[in-house]
Amino acid sequence: MAQTASGKTVLYCDVCSLPPEYCEFSASRKKCEQWLMEAHPREHERLYGDQAIAQKMAMTTLSEDKEAKEAAKLEKAEQKNEARIARNQEKKMSSKVLIKRVERNKRKSVTSVYGLHVFGIDLKSTAKMLANHFACGGSVAKNPQGQDEIVVQGDFSHEILDLLVAKFPVIPRANIEFAAEEKKKKAQ
Amino acid sequence: MFKKFNLQESISGQNPVKASVVRGIRSKLLDQFPALEPHIDDILPKKVNFVQIKCKDRIVLFAINNEILFFQHFDDPITPTLRLLHRYPDILPAVQVDRGAIKFVLSGANIMCPGLTSPGAKLPEQSIPEDTIVAVMAEGKENALAIGITKLSTDEIKSVNKGIGVDLLQHLGDPLWKTNLD
Repeated sequence: MAQTASGKTVLYCDVCSLPPEYCEFSASRKKCEQWLMEAHPREHERLYGDQAIAQKMAMTTLSEDKEAKEAAKLEKAEQKNEARIARNQEKKMSSKVLIKRVERNKRKSVTSVYGLHVFGIDLKSTAKMLANHFACGGSVAKNPQGQDEIVVQGDFSHEILDLLVAKFPVIPRANIEFAAEEKKKKAQ
Repeated sequence: MFKKFNLQESISGQNPVKASVVRGIRSKLLDQFPALEPHIDDILPKKVNFVQIKCKDRIVLFAINNEILFFQHFDDPITPTLRLLHRYPDILPAVQVDRGAIKFVLSGANIMCPGLTSPGAKLPEQSIPEDTIVAVMAEGKENALAIGITKLSTDEIKSVNKGIGVDLLQHLGDPLWKTNLD
């Protein structure tokens, strides 16, 4: 809402990105409510207070047992969503970041870093950061499998590892690995 | 329309628009949405970087300051995005759906006539002709839920009361809604 001061500013939920009044329909409804309570207690009172609930009950056009069914359905969706988040988290924890040195010709090599996207890291800006840091060329390129990876010119495998650990605490140290040399030669 | 939209994948070009083209768009917008008149200078200031983003499937997005303001599919009318609509709620004619429909609309369903004629729903007094872009409000909510295009005029919706009444263009939480340009 930067460029227009005029017009209405609408509050959006940090959790599900919808306006808070629609949070009750999203799969992360409990978290949304919690967020609203902490961030905007006034708004929370308006939407989740006793009065609001009573009003909602009076207004709803659905019969009561139908309402109960809906609630049960929502509950289920919520659990599913939570399970999904947990699964993703697990996936994240088990996925590896691979750093490998690829020989260009006899004494020149490039270093490629693969697997950062799983941790929600922006590849382009990271490539830039690495390039700046090592004063060399760095870019995002597609590897033969068609996946995006960061390619830095020069052999920086160990330095990159240290840098990644320092810059991105989201990646567990144990998940960063060097790719085996033999494997890499075959792949090339 | 934006059910499986991914900006990173579908973007095919992004370029600033010439001032003369902006003028064209501006007059077209005013033509389509007369209610936009008082806000047009706020939404489309004279000297600002107006960017056109071309995407796959003939979708074009228009953005200012990294904020998507309008989208257009092929030669269809230019449509404001939900975020813009939230900021200027009165730029589109509004229809209202009942509470039971919210859930389905949020997952992208088109709006069926009964959802527009039941006790919780509201249709404007004045008839809206077909193929008009409308804001879809919801029972008991103050912000718009979706943007759609009427497939029947509101009079017909009332009399037929069957089938699709409003085709959904954008709804809360769809991929375009979640798209961030930075």
